[in-house]
Amino acid sequence: MKLIEIIKESLGTLMLNKMRTGLAALGIIIGIGSVIALISIGQGSQKSVETQIQSLGANLLTIQPGSVRNSNVRQAPGSNTTLTLEDAKAISTSSTITTVSSVSPELSRRYQVIAGKNNTNTQIVGVYPEYLGIHKVEMDSGNFISLSEIDSLAKVVVLGPTVVTDLFGEGSQPIGQSVRINKLSFRIIGITKAKGGSGFNNQDDQIFMPLSTAQKQLAGVDYISSISVEAQSKEVMTEAQNQIGYLLLDRHKLSDPALADFSIMSQNDILDTASQITGTFTTLLGGIAAISLLVGGIGIMNIMLVTVTERTREIGLRKALGAKRKTIITQFLVESVILTFFGGIIGMVLGIGTSLILSKLLSFPSAISVSSVVLAIGVSGIIGMVFGWYPAQRAARLQPIEALRYE
Amino acid sequence: MKSSPVITISHLSKIYKTDTIETIALSDISFQVNQGEFVAIMGPSGSGKSTLMHILGALDQPTAGSYILDGQNVESLSDDDLAVVRNKKIGFVFQAYNLLPRTTALKNVMLPMSYAGIDSSQREQRALKMLEIVGLSDRTQHLSNQLSGGQQQRVAIARALSMNPKIILADEPTGNIATHQAEEIMKIFEHLHQEGRTIIMITHEEDIAAHAKRIIVIRDGHITEDKKHEIN
Repeated sequence: MKLIEIIKESLGTLMLNKMRTGLAALGIIIGIGSVIALISIGQGSQKSVETQIQSLGANLLTIQPGSVRNSNVRQAPGSNTTLTLEDAKAISTSSTITTVSSVSPELSRRYQVIAGKNNTNTQIVGVYPEYLGIHKVEMDSGNFISLSEIDSLAKVVVLGPTVVTDLFGEGSQPIGQSVRINKLSFRIIGITKAKGGSGFNNQDDQIFMPLSTAQKQLAGVDYISSISVEAQSKEVMTEAQNQIGYLLLDRHKLSDPALADFSIMSQNDILDTASQITGTFTTLLGGIAAISLLVGGIGIMNIMLVTVTERTREIGLRKALGAKRKTIITQFLVESVILTFFGGIIGMVLGIGTSLILSKLLSFPSAISVSSVVLAIGVSGIIGMVFGWYPAQRAARLQPIEALRYE
Repeated sequence: MKSSPVITISHLSKIYKTDTIETIALSDISFQVNQGEFVAIMGPSGSGKSTLMHILGALDQPTAGSYILDGQNVESLSDDDLAVVRNKKIGFVFQAYNLLPRTTALKNVMLPMSYAGIDSSQREQRALKMLEIVGLSDRTQHLSNQLSGGQQQRVAIARALSMNPKIILADEPTGNIATHQAEEIMKIFEHLHQEGRTIIMITHEEDIAAHAKRIIVIRDGHITEDKKHEIN
């Protein structure tokens, strides 16, 4: 009997019991659907985290104070104030530092910002002009913070586009107007271009002001919260990290690197860590989905076993009329593969749909790779083979007389 | 009428073994069936006639003895070779018709031919001819469950004829059928006999057996009677 005839006949048989066919396929539909949806969500978030980290700047080193790195020394809460503007200046001027091209000291705090009737809670960053180049921020209109404004403690701010929209409405040009932060009035001198990003990592939802102003007028502190450093090239990143490390240890009068009251993270470190986390996340999601696929496969096996038992007489008849073992095996395998294959295709469509909808709702890119689609369809076919094999063998092993007698 | 043997059974035994009990279903049976004969095998239930029917139909293997069907020793064949023998040389008619459920009469008749690998246009042509022989030309597209018992059995006969088998093996062919329809079925068998086909029919009903030209009676695994009542 030709395979094409067996396929036609199996399709007919499956159509006879639509309810059961649908329910059996549902397991695979959900399995494949969730595998595709969850993996594409995982990969999408991985991609979005990576692009966001990369858009923070190239060859970037970030120095932050007081990470609790060594377990035997308890860090006092005040230790995260150890980084100063002088540290940043030392990095840019010291003769021992040869691999750094630009240094940007920063102080970040969240404040409530008011403009007229509107207000928003956003990140205020005290900056130096170097911020612009290091973080690849571009101006949409107006000017960025200048050195003279830092020297004069000018109460001026540069707004990110999200802040502009939140406070003044979409597309407005509020340069020259002012915003109130912590009861102080600040004049708007510039607006940055949109960089994209979302959630906690939205770089457009920031307000920049002179670092001196942020320290003295707003926060009333003399430390800074981080220093961003641009290395001269990717190759000297590690060297730069070491040079800065020793300089700061020296400046902070620490002899043992293990006691360092600061941490230097390179962008690659951050990227690696983030990729690792999102990778684990993707694997976890995929694993959960794979379990549901396995359960779907067992469902197929269950249905096929029921089918074989139910059709014992038919199998007996087919054998009596000349069906060989192979023909019977093929017939039942084809039935289960059709179930899983079409289940897989429907699941794929649903999975892609779900990930597209979710990526729209959560606004991060969905990454539906061709390979995952091909894999899913291949896997669903293989599931049909694997879980259909035992029932098919059982059918083929039935003795014709036993099967004919079966009531 | 040609009288070359189609079936030669010699010293055939079938013993069923369970862990503790040995049941002798057939013991040392020998007989021949010639081309064109119409034989009825009779016997009470438990006599071994069903076992004999299964062995004749190559559905089961004997414990001892030999069975030659159309010049071929059947007793030592593998499962798949037996399937080929059943497909090409034996036409089955079962008591319970055993049609594929919810499948048209035409497709049911075509089934053995599809296992033989005959191409579909030829299959359909031949199936239509077979349905004409059993008088069901107007029912070819009816589903098996839309037909009466008698009609279903006629489809089964058409299916048995489709591979032009050496023997037609009918197991209580009228057992499930109302009397007036049973007569029709028997008329078809007689007609097939007149065409020169070899028919072996298992039955326990005297009046059905009376249609046959030779009656073999089995009791307790032995042949107790083998009588011919040739009319011509």
